[in-house]
Amino acid sequence: MGEPEQEPGAGTDEADSGADEPDAGTDESGVEPDERTQPRAKTWIESVLPTVQVSFASIVLALIVGAVLIMVSNDHVVSTWGYFFADPWGAVTTATSAVWDSYKALFSGAFGSSAAFGGTLGKATPLIFGGLGVSLAFRVGLFNIGAQGQLFFGAICAGYVGFTWNLPPVVHLLAAVVAGIIGGAIWGGVVGVLKARTGAHEVIVTIMLNYVALGILRWLLLTNPFQIPGSNNPQSPYVDDNALYPHAGGYNLGFVVALLAAGLVWWLLGRSTLGFEMRAVGANPDAARTAGMSISKAYILAMLIAGALAGLAGTQQVLGHRDPLTDGIAGSIGFDSITVALLGRASPFGTVVAALLFGALQSGGIQMQAATNTPLTLTTVLQALIVLFIAAPALVRSILRVRARADAGGVLAKGWNG
Amino acid sequence: MSEASATSPRDVPRTAAVVHNPAIRRARVKVVSIYAVTAVLMVWMVVKTAGGNVQFQPTSPFDANQISPIDFPARTTGLACLIGVVALGVGSYVVLSWLRILFGVVAGFAFMLCFFCWAYSGQEQIAITNPLSDSLKAATPLILGALAGALCERSGVINVAIEGQFLMGAFAASVVGTLAWSPYLGMLGAVGASVLVAALLAVFSIKYQVNQVVLGVVLVVLAGGVTGFLLDQIPDNKIPDLNQPPVLSPVAIPGLAKIPVIGPAFFDQTVLIYIMYASVALVTFVLFETKWGLRVRAVGEHPTAADTVGIKVRRIRYQAVLFGGVFAGLGGAFFTVGSNGAFDKDLSAGNGFIALAALIMGRWHPIGATIASLFFGFMLQLQFQLQVLQRIPSELLAITPYVATVIAVAGFVGRVRAPAADGEPYSKS
Repeated sequence: MGEPEQEPGAGTDEADSGADEPDAGTDESGVEPDERTQPRAKTWIESVLPTVQVSFASIVLALIVGAVLIMVSNDHVVSTWGYFFADPWGAVTTATSAVWDSYKALFSGAFGSSAAFGGTLGKATPLIFGGLGVSLAFRVGLFNIGAQGQLFFGAICAGYVGFTWNLPPVVHLLAAVVAGIIGGAIWGGVVGVLKARTGAHEVIVTIMLNYVALGILRWLLLTNPFQIPGSNNPQSPYVDDNALYPHAGGYNLGFVVALLAAGLVWWLLGRSTLGFEMRAVGANPDAARTAGMSISKAYILAMLIAGALAGLAGTQQVLGHRDPLTDGIAGSIGFDSITVALLGRASPFGTVVAALLFGALQSGGIQMQAATNTPLTLTTVLQALIVLFIAAPALVRSILRVRARADAGGVLAKGWNG
Repeated sequence: MSEASATSPRDVPRTAAVVHNPAIRRARVKVVSIYAVTAVLMVWMVVKTAGGNVQFQPTSPFDANQISPIDFPARTTGLACLIGVVALGVGSYVVLSWLRILFGVVAGFAFMLCFFCWAYSGQEQIAITNPLSDSLKAATPLILGALAGALCERSGVINVAIEGQFLMGAFAASVVGTLAWSPYLGMLGAVGASVLVAALLAVFSIKYQVNQVVLGVVLVVLAGGVTGFLLDQIPDNKIPDLNQPPVLSPVAIPGLAKIPVIGPAFFDQTVLIYIMYASVALVTFVLFETKWGLRVRAVGEHPTAADTVGIKVRRIRYQAVLFGGVFAGLGGAFFTVGSNGAFDKDLSAGNGFIALAALIMGRWHPIGATIASLFFGFMLQLQFQLQVLQRIPSELLAITPYVATVIAVAGFVGRVRAPAADGEPYSKS
C-alpha cells in the first residue's frame, strides 16, 4: 500500500489550510489559545510532515485492526487456534498468511495492473462527485445526507434521456449529463428551499428524500419507458451507445469530468464571491446576515450545486458503463460520499484524494473477496477505521508518541443549530 | 400599572386583523396553502369515492374479545372530513398559537379517514383493520433510539450513531440469544454491544474532541462494516449455532389486555414493548425531575456555567451517552429477538436515522420524540395495510411515510432549536 498511504497525507494537509480559513473568525473549537497565539515559522515540510505521519499511521492502524478481525473471525484460522498449544507456530503462520493473502489481493486488485487501476478510478469517480456535493454543503453549514437521493434522481433523468432519446454521439452524452445534473439539482434544491423558507431541518429532509427517491425509482422501473419491452424485471433498457462516457481500457472520461468538477468547486469556494458568502454563512450565519449576506440564497444555491454534483455521480453510474438502471444503482455511494467528504475535510482536493483511497479499497476488495475468502465488507470496516483515526489525531499521536500540534483537525459542520 | 400593561397583550384578540408582522403572514400563507392542497386532494378523493359502505374491523381475528365490524357510508364520511378540513384551515388562518398544531393533527386524521373511504370504497370484502398494534411495533425501535438520542444530545453530544447502535445491538442480540438460547440474554447482549458503541462515541467526542457529526457517521459505517463482516465470516453450516435466536413471545398483562380494541394492541405485546413504555417514562422523569437530569441539561445548554457551579461536565456527558446506549441497544434487539429472529446485513435499514429525525421533530424531548415516532410507525404500517388493496402501486405507497414526514416537518414543525451546546466539545481553559 505504498502509493495510497502517501496521498491522504498530502490531501488532508491541503484540506487543513483550506478548512482553517472560515474557522479563524469563530474559534470555539478545543484549540488551546496559548498555543495558537504563539508565533512560529514553519517550513513547508515541517507543516506537512505531522499530517502525513498521522494519515500514514491511521491507515496502518486501520489495517492492523482489520488484521485482528480477520484472525478472530476467519473460520479456517479460528479452527487452528484450537490447536494453539499443540502447534503454536502453525497457528500463527496460518493466521498471518490469511491476513497477508487478503491484503496482497486487496493491493493487487487496486493497483496490480492497468485494468485494476482503471477499476480503482472507476470506483473513485462517483465518490468524488458525491463527496464534493457533501463537502460543499458542509462548508455552508448544512449536513447533506441526501447524496443518495440526489444520485438516484440524477441517474433517473440521465438514464431517461440516455435510453429514450436518439441523438448524435457527443450531443447525446451532453444532453444526458445535463439531464442528470438538473435532476440532482432539483432533488437537492428542494432541501435548500425547505430549509431556507420553512426552517425544516436538512438532516430530516435529506434522510426522507433519500427514501422518496428510491421509491420513485422503484415505481418508475415498473412503468413503460423505464422497462425493457416485454420484460417484467425492474430493470431499465440499456443506455444508447452515443450517451455513454467515452472510455478506453477501463479508463473512463468520467474521471476527468470529476477532476474538473473538483477544480470548479475549489474555484467556487476559494475564489468566487458566492463561495465567500457560502463559507461566511457556514462559519457564522448571524455574522453573515449582519454583513448583508442572504442566508436563504446561500442555502438554496449550495443545495442546488450539491445536488447537481451528486446528480453527476448518478450520470457516472448509468452512463459510465453499459449497466442498466436498477434500484441498486447507487450502491452505498451516497453514504460513502459522506465519509469521503469527512475524510477529505470538506476540501475539494482532499475529497479527490479520499475518494481515490476509497475507490482503491473497494476495487481491491472485490479482488480480495474473489481470491481469498475474506469478505468484501472488510473494506467498509477499513474505511470507517481510517476516517475514525484520522479524525482523532490526538489518539494517533498518543499511540505514536508524537507531540501535539496546534491544529486539532478541521471543524466541519458544527452543532444542529448551525 | 405595570400589572395592567403586562396583561394587556393577552386582551388583544389574536386575529388576522391586528397582525402585520411579515413573518407571521408568511407562516399563515404557508399553512393555508398546505390546507388548500390537502382540500383539493380530498375533493378529488370524494368525487372518486364509490358509493356504499366501508367496513372498519376494530379487532384482529386473533383477539379474545371479538367486536363486530362497524360499517359507515363512504361518500358521506369523506365529505364530512372534507368540510372538517376546510373548517380547520380557516381556523388555522385565524388562530395563531399552539392550537394550530392541534388543528393540523386533527386535519391529518380527517385526511386519513377520507383517504381510507376512497381507498376502501367498493371493496366490500376488505375491512380497514385496527392500526394500533402494528403502529406500535413499528414505532418501538424508533422510540428507543430517539430516547438514546435525547439523553446524548441533552448533554451536548450529538448522536448520529443511533443506526450503528441498532446494528450492533441487533447483531449481538442474535448471536448471544442463539448461543444462550434465550431472547432475554440476547437483549442483554444487545445492551452491551450498544453501550460499547456509545463508549466509542463518548471517548472520541469527549476525550479526543472529534467532530461529533463526523464521528456518528463513521460509527454507523463501522458498525455496518463490522456486523456485515462478521456475518459474512459465519460459514453456512454454523448459522444455526450462531444466528438463529429464539424470539420474544407476547405476554398478556392480566386485566389490561382484556380491554376491547386497545387492550390487545397495547397490553398483549412482548416484554420489549413494555420496557419501551417504562423507558419513555424513565427518561422523561430522569431528565426533568432529578438532580442528575438537571445537570445533564445544564451541561448541554451551558457547560461553562455548569462547570462554574461545580458540575463535572465531562463526567456527566460520559454518563448520559453510556446510559443512552442502553436504550439504543434495546431498540436494536427489537430487530432480531424482538421480531423476526436472525440478523441480516443492514437489518435496521435506516431506522436509526429515522429515530434521529423523530428526535429532532420532537424537539429533543422524550415525549415529543415518542409522538413523532408513533406518527412514523402509523404511516409505516399504513403502507403495509394498503398494499392489499392494490389501488396505488406499492412502490409509491412505500414513500408515503417519508413524504408525510417532510410535510409535517416543513409545514407544522418548522424551525427547531437544539440544546445550545449540542455538538460542542468542552475543555477547560
